[in-house]
Amino acid sequence: MENVGSLALLLAFCVAVYAVVASVAGRLKRKAFLIVSGERAVYSVWVLMTVASGVLVYGLITGDFRFSYVAQHSNQSMPLLYKFAAWWGGQEGSLLFWSWLLSTYSAVVVFSNRRKHRDMMPYVVGVLGVVQTFFLILNNFVVSPFKMLAVDKLITAVPDGNGLNPLLQYPAMAIHPPMLYLGYVGFAVPFAFAIASLITRQPGEAWIHTTRRWTLVTWLFQSCGIMLGAAWAYHVLGWGGYWGWDPVENASLLPWLSGTAFLHSVMMQEKKGMMKVWNMVLVSATFFLCIFGTSLTRTGLVSSVHAFAQGPLGKYFVTFMAIGIAATVYLILDRLPYLRSESELESVISRESSFLFNNLILLASCFAVLWGTLFPVISEAVSGEKISLDTVWFNKLMIPIGLFLLLLTGVGPLFAWRRTSVDSLRRNFQIPGIAAVVLVGGLLVAGVRSFYALISFGFCLFVALTVLMEFYRGAHAIAVKNQMNLLRATIELTHRNTRRYGGYLVHMGIVLMFIGFTGAAFNQSDVKEMKTGDTLNLGHYQLKMVDLQENENGNYSWHRATVQVWRGGELLSTLEPEKRFYKASRQGTSEVGVRPRLNEDVYLNFGGMSDDGQRAVIQAYVFPLVSWIWIGGLVLIGGTLVCLVPSKIKMQYARTEVLGITRKYAEVPK
Amino acid sequence: MKKYGKFAALIVVVLGALIWLASAGINETKTYYKTISEVDQMGDRAYDERLRVAGDVESGSIQHTSGRVEFMLVQDKLRLKVAYSGSEPLPDTFRDGAQALADGKMGRDGVFHASKIQAKCASKYEAKPGQLRRAPAPINKTT
Repeated sequence: MENVGSLALLLAFCVAVYAVVASVAGRLKRKAFLIVSGERAVYSVWVLMTVASGVLVYGLITGDFRFSYVAQHSNQSMPLLYKFAAWWGGQEGSLLFWSWLLSTYSAVVVFSNRRKHRDMMPYVVGVLGVVQTFFLILNNFVVSPFKMLAVDKLITAVPDGNGLNPLLQYPAMAIHPPMLYLGYVGFAVPFAFAIASLITRQPGEAWIHTTRRWTLVTWLFQSCGIMLGAAWAYHVLGWGGYWGWDPVENASLLPWLSGTAFLHSVMMQEKKGMMKVWNMVLVSATFFLCIFGTSLTRTGLVSSVHAFAQGPLGKYFVTFMAIGIAATVYLILDRLPYLRSESELESVISRESSFLFNNLILLASCFAVLWGTLFPVISEAVSGEKISLDTVWFNKLMIPIGLFLLLLTGVGPLFAWRRTSVDSLRRNFQIPGIAAVVLVGGLLVAGVRSFYALISFGFCLFVALTVLMEFYRGAHAIAVKNQMNLLRATIELTHRNTRRYGGYLVHMGIVLMFIGFTGAAFNQSDVKEMKTGDTLNLGHYQLKMVDLQENENGNYSWHRATVQVWRGGELLSTLEPEKRFYKASRQGTSEVGVRPRLNEDVYLNFGGMSDDGQRAVIQAYVFPLVSWIWIGGLVLIGGTLVCLVPSKIKMQYARTEVLGITRKYAEVPK
Repeated sequence: MKKYGKFAALIVVVLGALIWLASAGINETKTYYKTISEVDQMGDRAYDERLRVAGDVESGSIQHTSGRVEFMLVQDKLRLKVAYSGSEPLPDTFRDGAQALADGKMGRDGVFHASKIQAKCASKYEAKPGQLRRAPAPINKTT
C-alpha cells in the first residue's frame, strides 16, 4: 500500500516536470505533439495524485496505524467523516490535499480549453506545472505523508492513533479547510493565464474574459472558507468572538482582500482598457499571497494559536516565492509597453475614480494586515526585539478602513463613468443621505454614544437604501413597460445584467455583515461559578442552572450544564454548554450553548469546573446582531452565484451579432 | 494636470490618515516577546513594557487561590513566578508540563502579572506506558 502511494507521488513529480518541459519546448519549437503530450501529462498527474491521496485516505479510514500520519491524525473511535477530514487535518496531508486540488484544477483547465487559446495554453500548463512541481517536491522529499512507524527498522503499527485535533472535530471545520484551499489554489489559474498572456503578448483582454468565472468561483470559495472559519471560531473556541486577527486568520484574509481588489479593477480594464499593469500586479500579488498564506499556516513563521508544527518547510516556501516574484516582476517590467493604458482619468467624482479608491483602500488594508501579521518578524530583523501587535491595533486601523470601504460600496457603483453630474448625485443620494442622518440622530437620542457604531449604522442604511433604490428604479421601469408585477420585474432586471445586480447583492451582503460587526460595540458578558440552582443576571436575561452532569463515551468524556434562560418571568429556552475532554489527544474543547436570534444571541460557554469540583464556571455573553453576519454571508454567496449566471441581454446581443454577420455574408454573392 | 493634482491630494490624505493611525497604534499596543533570561536582562525597562513570556509550566507548581492562579514558568532552569487574575478561565490545555505563553506586565515584586494565558500541549505524540517498550518512531521509507 504505502509503496503504491509513495511511487505514485514520485511518478507524479516526474510527470509534472515533463509537463512543464514538453509544453514550453513544444510551444517554442512549434511541435504540436509535444504540446499535446504536455497536456496529457497534466491528466496523468491528476490520476497519480488521486491514487496517492486514495492510499492515504484508505489508510485513514481503515485505521492503518503503521502510517505515522494516520497514527497522529486518526483513531478508531472517530466518526467516518472526521477520518476522511483527517486527510487535510495535518501538515503532510494538507499539503498533499493542496497538490491534489491543484492537479484537479489543472486538469479541468486543460480540458475546458482543449480547443481554445492554443497560443497561450502551453504556457498556462507550464506555469501551473511549475507550481505543481514545487508542491510535489514538498510532498515527496520534505513532508511525505507516507512515513511509516518502525521499531528497529521493522515497520510496526501502534494500537490506536492520536485522533484528529478535537477542535477540528466539528462539521463546519471539516469543510472549512477544503473551502479555503479551493480558494487558495484556484488563484493559480488566473495567475497562470495572466503570465501566459504576458509571455505571448496576447492582444486584447482574453485572459481576463477566460478567467473571470474562475476568479469569481475562487473568490466565492475563499469567502465561504473565511465565513466558515469565523462561524467555527464563534461556535467552538468558546471565547465568543468570530475574528481575532490571528496570523492564520490574517493569512486567509490577505488574498481575499487583494482578490476583491482584482475583481473590481478588471472591470476598468474590460470597459476602459485602463489599469492593465495594475491588474497584472494584483493577480500576481493575490497568487503569491495565497502561497504566503499556505506557508504561514504550515511553517510556524509567526507563532499563532493555530500552532502548527515548526518544520523545515519555511525555506522552501521563501525560495519559491522569491524566485516566483522576481520572475513575475521581470516579466511585467519587460512587457510594460504592451500594457499601456488606453484612456485617462477625468474626474474625481467618477466611476473610474471610485474604482481607484476602492483598490487603494483594499490594498492599503491588505498591506496593513500583512504588516501587522509580520510585525514580530520585521521588528526582530530591525531592532532585534520581537514585538507583536494585537487585536487592539488591528481594530484601530481596520475599523476606519472598513467604514470607508462600506461607504464606497454604496456610492461607487452609482457614479457615472468619466464624470458624474450634480443632478445625478442629488437624484441618487438625496433620500439615502437624509435617511442616514435621521437614523444617526435617532440613535443619538436613544442613547447610543459609540462613535463608530453611529457612523457604521448610518453608512449601512445609506448603502442599503441606494442599492434598494437601484433595484426599485430598474424593476419599476420594466414592470410598467411589460405589465409585470414588481417581483417578477426584479428577477427580470437581475437576469438582464447579472453582473451588475449580482454585484449589488454582494454589496448588500457586506452591508448586512457590517450591521453584525457593529453589534460588537454593545456586547455584554459575565462569568460566575455556578452550582445547580444558582442564577446569574445578564442584561435583561436571568440564567438559571438546573442541572450539572458528567459522563463519557469512547471518544471523549464530558461535563454538561443545563441552563434555563428567562426574561421577565418567561422561560425562553434551555441551553446546554458542554466541556469535552478527548481521550486520544488529551485535549479539551467546548461546546457552547447559543440561543441565536436576529436581535441578539445569548451565548453560554462552559469554562471549566471550579477548583473544588463542585461548581461549573459559566461564561455568559449577550451578542447583539451577530446573526446578521451569517445572513450577510449567505446574501454575499447568493449574490456571487447570481454574478455567475450568464446575463440574458448578453445572450440576445450575441445572437444579433451573429445575425448581422450572416446578413453581411448573404449580401456578398449579389 | 490639475485633475491629477486632485487625485494625488486625495490619495495622500487617505494614505496619510492610515499611516498616522497605524503608527500611533503601534506604540500603544505593542507587546515584546521575551524569554525568561531576557526579562532578567531588561533591567528597569521590564517594568514599563507589556511583555509576552514563554516557558513550560513547572509540574506541581500550579496553585489556585481565591480568584487568582499562581504558577512557575520554567525555561532552561530559569524560573519565573506568574500570577494570573484575569476574568477568563484558563485554557483547557493549561496544566503541568504544558507550554504556556503569559501576556502581561512584570511587577516590582518580582512576580509576573499576567492578564492572559495561552497554552498548548507539551507533546502530542506519546505512546502510553506499558504498551510498547519503545515507541515506534517515524522513518522515511522513500527518501
